[in-house]
Amino acid sequence: MKLTATEIEITEILEKDARLTNDELAKMMNLSVDQTGQIVKKLEDENVIVRYVSLVDWTKIDGHQGVTAMIDVKVTPKRDVGFNDVAERIYRHKEVKSVYLMSGTYDLSVQVEGQSVNEVAHFVTQKLSTIDGVISTTTHFVLKKFKHDGTVYDSDDRDKRIVVSP
Amino acid sequence: MAIKTSYLANHVRTLKPSGIRKFFDATAGMKDVISLGVGEPDFVTPWNVREAAILSLEDGYTSYTANAGMLELREAIAKYVDDYYCVSYDPEHEITVTVGASEAIDIALRAILDPGDEVLVVEPCFVSYAPLVTLAGGVPVIVESKKENDFKVQSEQLEAAVTDRTKAIMICSPNNPTGSMLSKREMEQIANVAKRHDLLILSDEIYAELVYDDLYTSFAAIDGMKDQTILVSGFSKDLAMTGWRLGYVCAPREITQGMLKIHQYAIMCASTMAQHAGLEGLRHGRTDMAEMRKSYRQRRNYIVQSLNEMGLPCYKPEGAFYTFPSIEATGMNSETFATRLLQEERVVVVPGNAFGDSGEGHVRCSYATSMSQLQEAMKRMRRFVEKL
Repeated sequence: MKLTATEIEITEILEKDARLTNDELAKMMNLSVDQTGQIVKKLEDENVIVRYVSLVDWTKIDGHQGVTAMIDVKVTPKRDVGFNDVAERIYRHKEVKSVYLMSGTYDLSVQVEGQSVNEVAHFVTQKLSTIDGVISTTTHFVLKKFKHDGTVYDSDDRDKRIVVSP
Repeated sequence: MAIKTSYLANHVRTLKPSGIRKFFDATAGMKDVISLGVGEPDFVTPWNVREAAILSLEDGYTSYTANAGMLELREAIAKYVDDYYCVSYDPEHEITVTVGASEAIDIALRAILDPGDEVLVVEPCFVSYAPLVTLAGGVPVIVESKKENDFKVQSEQLEAAVTDRTKAIMICSPNNPTGSMLSKREMEQIANVAKRHDLLILSDEIYAELVYDDLYTSFAAIDGMKDQTILVSGFSKDLAMTGWRLGYVCAPREITQGMLKIHQYAIMCASTMAQHAGLEGLRHGRTDMAEMRKSYRQRRNYIVQSLNEMGLPCYKPEGAFYTFPSIEATGMNSETFATRLLQEERVVVVPGNAFGDSGEGHVRCSYATSMSQLQEAMKRMRRFVEKL
């Protein structure tokens, strides 16, 4: 699909801050609110904007349990469908947060979230590694998230400028 | 013998302090203040630029550079000015790296002015121009750009202000505080005045990269003007490097030699680590610049519409990151407006008269502030204006 420069710019803006209203977007883009609404709707309808989400730092919440694992998966590709079939069998599990086909020494990068190490271990041994076509798995647990999707979790982003300057 | 009442020199004692300082003091201790009063980018210097400075320290580049700045940096400046503004300067004899554009303006004025020489200063403008002319022994002659001309000074106004003592015209376009930018045609008309009377143009082009609709033209690129232009610029605004204090000045060889004498006696050279950072910025800073420019453009559009909607008529600035709305409809002068806005809604704007008498009736709102802060500031200002 071909987008205009304006449509692309609106997509970029919303990717950074999905909470901007059409009214605010319209002002930023020098468009009417109607025009802006139509563009946003088009982006949504065409699944260019797939979903609006919040970036949450769960570690801020007391008592929060949860672990994230990045799993390297080697796979035997199947005739006709390649990796798609195995990828689908993996991403259908709700604990799987992302699945990417990778270049390099393994094939699929799978991100899994669970309540505990045990829960993830159970998923890997009982579900992931038993899928037909999966040759091997290497599981890495995330110890701390410093930066995610371009955002530093605990950045000191205070405005360090003096309040008035010429 | 009479006892001295002050050790200060007369011309310093009588120099008016910057009107901006007052507002800075007024905000002290206040909480939840949103400032649209800041004349610098809200971005932090791009990491690769900061890293270049760190690496230069690790590598032990802690000594002086050549007075005019590292030749490598001057070469990069020459290439940049040539690539983007189509003016070629000889890095060895026509470019000086300075401690910010402010120093560049200072040494330029000191190099060209004899006592009593006049400089046409177009106001509203950056607070330092007229005082620096005075400190250099010259006489600032104020020429006001008018609201009805979108704050673009007319060549006839300049023509009318020329005397046989006039030495130079000082212009900043895109302008702080109005954001207004001269078109190429308007610059040509001003250049004709300069040519007719053999005047220098001291062109502060610090906002050249922050232009949102049209292409930028440098005064030095106007036909036949290179020999009569002192081009001042720097890294502060486009690469978000205000605190590094790094600027440069491009000028004909003779003037450069003169400026360099002052620079070498007063300054020696610009900070070495800043020069290393600036070099990295010139070489690999285009993407960051473009991203910042895009963000400023979106915010400009947003703030201009918002101010107009709330009844503070606002010219749509072509460049820099300032809007200069008229507050005349409120019946207040700019200082009262700014003071009350600060006290009642905790939003800082700068009274227009801080930039010259012709700025009265306006306030400067900087949009070098995050969108979320801008949104909140506009909400508060609307509330303030509505209850008047």
